[in-house]
Amino acid sequence: MIINTVINNENKTLTISPGEYLVDTLRDNGYKSVKRGCDKSTCGACSVIVDGKIVLSCTFLSARIDGKKVETIEGLQEEAEILGRKIVDKGGDQCGYCNPALIVTAIALKREFGKNATRDEIIHYINGNLCRCSGYISQLEAILEYVGE
Amino acid sequence: MVKIKELVMPESLDEAYELFIAKRSSRIIGGGAFLRLGNATILKGVDLSKLALDYINQYEDKIEIGAMTTLYDVETSPILKDNFSGALSKCVKNIVGVQLRNIATIGGSVVGKYGFSDILPVLLALDATLIFYKQGEISLENYLNFENFQRDILEKIVIKKDKKASFQMMRNSDSDFSILNACVCFDDRGYTVVVGSTPGVAKICKKTSEALNNNMENEDNYNFLLEDLHFGSNLRASKEYREDIAKVLVKRCIKELN
Repeated sequence: MIINTVINNENKTLTISPGEYLVDTLRDNGYKSVKRGCDKSTCGACSVIVDGKIVLSCTFLSARIDGKKVETIEGLQEEAEILGRKIVDKGGDQCGYCNPALIVTAIALKREFGKNATRDEIIHYINGNLCRCSGYISQLEAILEYVGE
Repeated sequence: MVKIKELVMPESLDEAYELFIAKRSSRIIGGGAFLRLGNATILKGVDLSKLALDYINQYEDKIEIGAMTTLYDVETSPILKDNFSGALSKCVKNIVGVQLRNIATIGGSVVGKYGFSDILPVLLALDATLIFYKQGEISLENYLNFENFQRDILEKIVIKKDKKASFQMMRNSDSDFSILNACVCFDDRGYTVVVGSTPGVAKICKKTSEALNNNMENEDNYNFLLEDLHFGSNLRASKEYREDIAKVLVKRCIKELN
């Protein structure tokens, strides 16, 4: 199948197989920030934004990005640097494997809720981003600070 | 992981239906969240994402939810927050994470008839009606009991307004599957009690509902749950634990409604 999509503001024409998942398409095309974690719709490490909505790329068929806009952390550098710095300052980065998806999720959260997101709303929103190092408290503190700015 | 050999993305329901029934081996792909739940190979997948079936519309006496409406849209819809005491919005909140709820659809949850579903008990208690493309209207209760329903495409779910409902569940952790869930609806029929994740698919507890409608104060009413339902054990909880929890959850629903 041939699809036309926009990835991080770049027009792309991609050849994909019918049952291909977005995590594979993105990684095969150089977007290595998109991690393959559990591969079972559970850990959130593969999270990307499609047409403004945060989704699990391991469970999202690539055919569905035809005509849509995909965002990964590679295209969100400015925002990612701000939040990334806060995560490091709070000691929440640890092994770093879950960080790209966590940051993308936090960016989607800020866009959706704005500066007024409450602590409970943030916890609920990032609930699907698992951190094997259990850096949750530091990550939450960093996101609270980032969202409030 | 489910493998797909051929994928078609029709742009009308008519086209989707023709493609679906043309071959017995073809399969509907709604949200697609089920693709990570099994290991089958689908020879032809009929993807419904281009059919504009993602909507929540409110009318004077009913609410219509398109089959491709995502669980996150159900969770955040102001219409659904304002109706049915917000039970429909509340019941999807703990389904994995927001990323999956942006993929999984209400139609997929219904057609999958999953025992672990948090949304089926609520839709069942609310006496939801399913509208299929060819076969038209069927109540959710009848659909769940129908073993050989003719191949068709679910178009939308219709729920009559003016109902109060309460949803309660028990989970080991925030985004895990429910150990048990329950919903009680109060409308012109009186109380309707539904329990799900038994771990079987959600079921209306007719004796319990009738007992509650006759005498709400009687503590023995909750013992009818053991007659209405067949509880079982799995890795999340034992049969005995579920039997006890069912009474607690239904009592909580009743308390919240009153």
